[in-house]
Amino acid sequence: MTMDLPVWAALLTGFLVLLGAGLTLIGTIGLLRLPSFYERMHAPTLGSTWGTAGILLGSIVFFSVMQSRPILHEVLIAAFVTATTPVTLMLLARAALYRDRTEGSTAVPRRFSSHQEDAG
Amino acid sequence: MSRVLPYPLLTASLLAMWLLLNGTSVGQLLLGTAIALAASRLMVALQPSKPRLKGWYLLPKLVAIVVADIWRSNIAVARLILRRDQSRRMSGFIVVPLDLRDPTGLAILACIVTSTPGTAWVEYSSTESKLLLHVFDLVDEAYWIDLIKSRYERLLLDILT
Repeated sequence: MTMDLPVWAALLTGFLVLLGAGLTLIGTIGLLRLPSFYERMHAPTLGSTWGTAGILLGSIVFFSVMQSRPILHEVLIAAFVTATTPVTLMLLARAALYRDRTEGSTAVPRRFSSHQEDAG
Repeated sequence: MSRVLPYPLLTASLLAMWLLLNGTSVGQLLLGTAIALAASRLMVALQPSKPRLKGWYLLPKLVAIVVADIWRSNIAVARLILRRDQSRRMSGFIVVPLDLRDPTGLAILACIVTSTPGTAWVEYSSTESKLLLHVFDLVDEAYWIDLIKSRYERLLLDILT
């Protein structure tokens, strides 16, 4: 099936996919191991940045060499992942912050003074 | 010009997306152009904010800096996660005073900050122009504030003013 894939392309694809998968795995391990919510928030970012990028670059190399023309629609995946991650992350972070402030936790900073009127 | 092309950047992006998804050919180019023109005309009803990219030539520089920084912090955070002794690392919140007020610029900054492992955008106050960040490996608070302000915000201000 992949008989006509040259060795350099196979090696490059393999390296990029393993790099992406490895970084995603480390991010997932971090999600399990890290002690606090705010620290755990950082770990999956590995998977959504170079984890994704490595796998997408591997896909670009593989399909471009196989079909001997540039295949670039993976760029769209990268663009949409980058544009949508902040939405989810901010939603989670602010929900956690709201919960911690409502509980009167001292580990999180107070609201900015303009929000003071509704601070509990 | 502005009647036919109310949002030239949006039209160009839609056309680029169409061609990436369907492959480049004369037929797809015509169809994509028609759809991009129609879709951006429909956007007029929503009146999205229109960024003025005065320093557009600085965009490649910003992209290069961000890609390199994301790579570096990927490696740094991966190392920190795999380290056995987690108690040595200090993480915490920092407040960054921002000069950037443009919504598009703030959206781009949010993408940069959240895409960089090690920093997370937590809260922003538009009345005070203050940004609350959570930093994974907080050694020196001033270093992170300077990083955001001189490395990203300066460029974004130059691009968008």
